[in-house]
Amino acid sequence: MRFRHAKLLLLAALGLSLLVSLFANRINPYALFVLYNIGINIILAVSLNLINGYTGQFSLGHAGFMAVGAYTAAVITNQFGVLNGFESGALFFGALLAGGLCAAVVGLLVGLPTLRLKGDYLAIVTLGFGEIIRVIFQNMNAVGAARGLSVMHGYANFFWVFGFAAVTIYVVTALVHSTYGRGFIAVRDDEIAAEAMGINTTKYKVAAFVIGAFFAGVAGGLYAHSIQFLTPSGFGFMLSITFVVMVILGGMGNTPGVILAAVLLTLMPEGLRKLAGYPHLGWIGDTRMIIYSLMLIVLMLARPQGLFSRRKKFKGATS
Amino acid sequence: MTEFLQQLINGLAFGSILALIALGYTMVYGILRFINFAHGDVFMLGAFAGFYLAPKIATFLPTPSIGSGLVVMFAAMLICAVIGVVIERFAYRPLRRSPKLTVLITAIGVSLFLEYTGQFVFGAAPKRFPQIIPVYPIAHLGGLSVTSNQLIVLAVTGLLLVGLRFIVLKTKIGMAMRALSFNPEAAALMGVNTDIVISFTFALGSALAAAAGILFAVNYPAIDPLMGILPGLKAFVAAVLGGLIIGTTETFVSGYISSTYRDAIAFAILILILLIKPSGLLGKKEIEKV
Repeated sequence: MRFRHAKLLLLAALGLSLLVSLFANRINPYALFVLYNIGINIILAVSLNLINGYTGQFSLGHAGFMAVGAYTAAVITNQFGVLNGFESGALFFGALLAGGLCAAVVGLLVGLPTLRLKGDYLAIVTLGFGEIIRVIFQNMNAVGAARGLSVMHGYANFFWVFGFAAVTIYVVTALVHSTYGRGFIAVRDDEIAAEAMGINTTKYKVAAFVIGAFFAGVAGGLYAHSIQFLTPSGFGFMLSITFVVMVILGGMGNTPGVILAAVLLTLMPEGLRKLAGYPHLGWIGDTRMIIYSLMLIVLMLARPQGLFSRRKKFKGATS
Repeated sequence: MTEFLQQLINGLAFGSILALIALGYTMVYGILRFINFAHGDVFMLGAFAGFYLAPKIATFLPTPSIGSGLVVMFAAMLICAVIGVVIERFAYRPLRRSPKLTVLITAIGVSLFLEYTGQFVFGAAPKRFPQIIPVYPIAHLGGLSVTSNQLIVLAVTGLLLVGLRFIVLKTKIGMAMRALSFNPEAAALMGVNTDIVISFTFALGSALAAAAGILFAVNYPAIDPLMGILPGLKAFVAAVLGGLIIGTTETFVSGYISSTYRDAIAFAILILILLIKPSGLLGKKEIEKV
């Protein structure tokens, strides 16, 4: 992707999302909720793409970082009750950043020891960390344990969700196109060669992990304020797999493709649900998830490089 | 002391079930170098095969009895062996030359497919597994309670392990399996039919998972289509660290510390061990050559 006028595009996206958020009360609440989900999933998929796609480290624990951000943001805003106007914006922004930072710290703690591992082992260990995070929340009485935590006031709006989506896309794209960012791709393409060229591979891997975790945390905070109720079981490893599927479907290390995949995969369940409402199509409701899993298998057999990737061969987290 | 021994026995019974599942992971990993994510769901299918077969077998064999229990188990093992071969043939074989990540995602897809199809066909609600093995009076050995089911689990696991060892070490196909795990290309050049050996490995691993499914269902008699997820994940950990270690540690933690943290234990141990020894507890360090 050519990368000119990036800052201009970012500003335009921010302005546009602010503009739409002013008219958001004209959109019906269900459509708005789906839109928020699209924005949140874009953040998660694009940030995971930095780890899995650009740096080639196969992580299966993204839902865990999202959970950290979601709970942090929810607890912080619940402390302050319901605010209005500028105060509410500042509070929400602060809570989102705090959620992102907490997730980034967890990402650092997870990343430092585990990134010595490769491929399958890394996948399993990150999956394990995701599960551990979930079990910890399940046992934490301060956040409602298994009963769940309700968020007093949902501050998420169009501006925050899509503003952060734009920022995520900008940061990740700018990063991998920068001189520093070439290192991520070098680590993915050939770790030994990269190391021989003097690239500190561990540092790059941890950096990708921490940045990815930060945005996952922010997305978690947005999610908490969009859905307004958090349960630990909602952050299981199935959710992490959903994000991985978005990255794979879009093509590893192909940001526009990943964004498109995130949009499609968020809309697909809603679309199938709608279809199931028509006569003679009720069976779709029951077999929705079977169709989804079959699609995943067929996609991997037919187009392992992703739906929207033109490259013949892709190099992901091999070996 | 008594409680310690009691937890040890419970842990050994659970650990040997994990070990049976773990063997399927290791055999496939040894030959194809990828994690068969769907393995835990084959374990689930084994339990469901037993669930549907048991009433049929009860029509011509006295149930519950050891004999009928074994017949149910062998039938389930046979069914799952076929399922394992079919999965390999249609989902994994076309990807044999693809990057491992592709295969891993496919395996996750297969796993989801089996779970959701299971929910659709069997229903999502947990089902009570019929009693296929008679429960003998519980043995009390100085305050210890050992159920006959636990002894059966240990005995059956032991026998299956001896059988597996015989197949791998003493038969021709076992030799081919070992050859393939050393060097697939060289084995193929020596006239080993790789496709058949890989199919056989999947059949063997899936049969062991089915046996584990039956043993699990006999001990913890509620089965549901998602029952394979956690044992499957834990068995992977067990494949790295040893099933008995994971099984006993888990029961000790839930017995002495807190049962709610039980599901996190296997992963916590895995992470700790991998920090110290990145190639597994008994694994050898491999040097990567360019």
